[in-house]
Amino acid sequence: MHRANPPVGASLPRVDGIAKVTGRARYLDDLDAPQAWFGATVRSRVPHGVLEALDRDPAFDWSQVAVATAADIPGRNVIALIEDDQPALVPIGGRVMHVDEPLALVAAPTKALAFAAAKALHPRIRPLPPVFTIDDALAGAQQLYKDDNVFKQFLIRKGHTTDAELDAAFASAAQVIEGTYWTSPQEQMYIEPQAMMAEWVDGRCHIVGSMQCPYYVHKAMKALLGCDADGVVIAQSVTGGGFGGKEEYPSMLAAHVALLAAAAKRPVKIVYERDEDIAATTKRHPARTHHRIAVDARGEICAMDIDCVMDGGAYLTLSPVVLSRGVLHAAGPYRCPITRVRGRVVATNYPPHGAFRGFGAPQTTFAYERQMQKLARARGEDAIALRKRLALRSGDATSTGQVLGFSVGTDEVFAAVEGIAGPAPARSGTSAAGSPVRRGRGFVFYFHGAGFTGSGEQRLAGRATVAALPDGRFEVRSSSTDIGQGSITMFVQIAAAALGVDPGRVAVIDPSTSRVPDSGPTVASRTCMVVGGVVDRAARVLRARLESWGAEHGVAGDLAAIARAHGEVVGELAETVTYEPPPGIQWDDATYTGSAYPVYGWGACLVDVAVDLDTYEVAIERCIQAIDVGKAINPTIVKGQIEGGTLQALGWAVLENVVYKDGRVANANMTNCIVPTFADAPELETVLVEVPYPFGPSGAKGVGEIPMDGPAAAVANAVEDALGCAFDALPISPEAVAQSRAAWRLS
Amino acid sequence: MKLELEVNGAAAHVEASPWKRLLDVLREDLRLTGTKEGCGEGECGACTVMLDGEAVNSCLVAVGQCHGRKVVTVEGLAAQRAGEAEVLHAVQRALVTCGGAQCGICTPGIAVCAVHVVDSGALHGADDATARAKVRELLAGNICRCTGYQLIVDAVIAAARELEGARS
Repeated sequence: MHRANPPVGASLPRVDGIAKVTGRARYLDDLDAPQAWFGATVRSRVPHGVLEALDRDPAFDWSQVAVATAADIPGRNVIALIEDDQPALVPIGGRVMHVDEPLALVAAPTKALAFAAAKALHPRIRPLPPVFTIDDALAGAQQLYKDDNVFKQFLIRKGHTTDAELDAAFASAAQVIEGTYWTSPQEQMYIEPQAMMAEWVDGRCHIVGSMQCPYYVHKAMKALLGCDADGVVIAQSVTGGGFGGKEEYPSMLAAHVALLAAAAKRPVKIVYERDEDIAATTKRHPARTHHRIAVDARGEICAMDIDCVMDGGAYLTLSPVVLSRGVLHAAGPYRCPITRVRGRVVATNYPPHGAFRGFGAPQTTFAYERQMQKLARARGEDAIALRKRLALRSGDATSTGQVLGFSVGTDEVFAAVEGIAGPAPARSGTSAAGSPVRRGRGFVFYFHGAGFTGSGEQRLAGRATVAALPDGRFEVRSSSTDIGQGSITMFVQIAAAALGVDPGRVAVIDPSTSRVPDSGPTVASRTCMVVGGVVDRAARVLRARLESWGAEHGVAGDLAAIARAHGEVVGELAETVTYEPPPGIQWDDATYTGSAYPVYGWGACLVDVAVDLDTYEVAIERCIQAIDVGKAINPTIVKGQIEGGTLQALGWAVLENVVYKDGRVANANMTNCIVPTFADAPELETVLVEVPYPFGPSGAKGVGEIPMDGPAAAVANAVEDALGCAFDALPISPEAVAQSRAAWRLS
Repeated sequence: MKLELEVNGAAAHVEASPWKRLLDVLREDLRLTGTKEGCGEGECGACTVMLDGEAVNSCLVAVGQCHGRKVVTVEGLAAQRAGEAEVLHAVQRALVTCGGAQCGICTPGIAVCAVHVVDSGALHGADDATARAKVRELLAGNICRCTGYQLIVDAVIAAARELEGARS
């Protein structure tokens, strides 16, 4: 393993910090574009049907606006990603699959005129019966996707080959814990809405906007515009949050601004209104997970059987990958010799569900950590002691048969939480407002695979460049985007440490597909660990090449001096490196066995709640998260990542929800689709645990997603502890607490 | 109609409908794009500015209400004297050093509101726990989805302590 040289491990202020606190950072809608017209989208108002016509209101003056429809698409009418089932615009005669699906586009010199034009374009849709539940989808109430409405299914078997063997294991168990768990859709609620702008220059389409993955947009635009790689350039503008919500959806906006810019023959930008953004873009997949655990007389787990069904919405988008991560985490970080995990993701007539931090794992984590709580209660065993006893450690095998070796922080995260937890609060008390409250404590232990699943990273073969510029500065070029998580600051630190130069001499250039290699998408907790590792290696190779060139040419001085000398004689020296997987990674996609992830992050979370017996509100009074991150490249940034993810999870647990009515988001505004405020958030107690990953930069592994996985179950476990009855569905809203009244067992 | 405002200490002459949102006048007419629109309905606080010393959501203020009044935006928080380097407000510096800004889209609104809280002396003399609770209450109109708020609260407290130290 590489030694961590400074500035790795130091909390450098983020390099974009001053631009952000002064208001100088320019997001898409802040860019100077006086010539740009505003685009607006004509959307479906029905969940399922056939688009028969788009009627233009004859009273509207159409000469002052530009219009684009599916007929204007020069290439293929698809949002290319995994499967080509989603159109950029529904064509006449085509099937409308969800409310708010894009049907046509308009652009005008002002936003108001664009909205007026969109209102004057009337779609005629022949309605078809919609499908709104997982069970109706599975029953084939309507045929939405292929012949069974199943986008993807997985089956994992460990320690058995037939269902009969699994049944026998359950039949001989001393005790079986069984439950069904529901998790709700969740809105990413980045504060900058989706935003994109396009301009055609000499037959080439230039797109700039708010996004996580420039090369995803690039791939989609090549298909849509029917051009080669040079025919379209994708650049990221400063991005105001993503959390997965700007992983796949920006390709839709890019398609729309590209078509409108061609129709209007000038730059066109689209910035979604908040209600439009909530209504039309992706949400976390709602899921139903059935979970059974069999234990023997000694309290050891002898078998697990898990069946998870997710609602994918109207198109396939990223659903197979979300489901994959869901099933791969479904058995949890616990020893179990016989495990069956089944997963399905089905088509319905909701707007497509998609990427959101955690990516399937929070759904199945909620189920297994509720199950572990029920097991502890049933056995009368301490919640932490039970988990410690059953937890995976180095040498144990996961549900896919992956034998864990290095960087297993199990004992360290338990110890970190226990070290500061102290005694549980008194059960009965009063709130600040004087209401009677019941208090409870909940605990969870969990893990999260870092990087792409299985052989995904080898297939992606992410690349990054580090260059020595003729003026003695150094530059990192990668398509990884900083969407707030601090990746450019961490890349500066990693490169500066590897080069042995002051971080002030290193810059990360803005990602544009014309200037940076494809480092893979900014997803899957992979940016620091995988791309950071590539940057680290590129910088080391560059340093060695510069030093040997300096020795050959008798250049004295530091690396910057050599870079300048090299610049004078030869010019820039750039080193591009491709990801190399750690040794021993073996994965079988057919049987879903082997090394599901190169390494895992480990987490333990403790939550204290106070349930108000008058208002039924669940107040989170305390939340401790201990997360094993391998190595914190920048502890403040890592802490910020963990705390942001933690509060999103706490919000999902008690107050966030997306409510649908007839397939339409009924709470598409920030007044009703609420997220936690300063006043809702508890003081967060965060412990960074560092059990190094030998193949990450200075030992670092993924951190972005893991804090999202555990806290919701910790809250549910705490509320169960307070009220004496189970909470197996999210959110645990005041309504849910009120409805549970008859089941309360207040001790 | 013709309107006269004082924006960040300088006179601003604007010709606009009195119904135009102050947010749009700042961003479009005056090209002060530091003030952001997150929701357009007064929920997120990204558009927070100070109007005659009070923190307001500029998406909910018609510019016709602002004639003859003083507006301070995020661009006006730092001290700037001719020929000298800009000096950030203690709140801005603390947001950078404490990690209180991540994606940054909510940061201008939070910086304006936090400067208002700190400069008004609302935290003066309060012990840490009381001051932290006060910050959470006074900034509850500004939503941040990135940080979990912890490091922002740290930053506001650090800035308040620094300014208290400078005064005493």
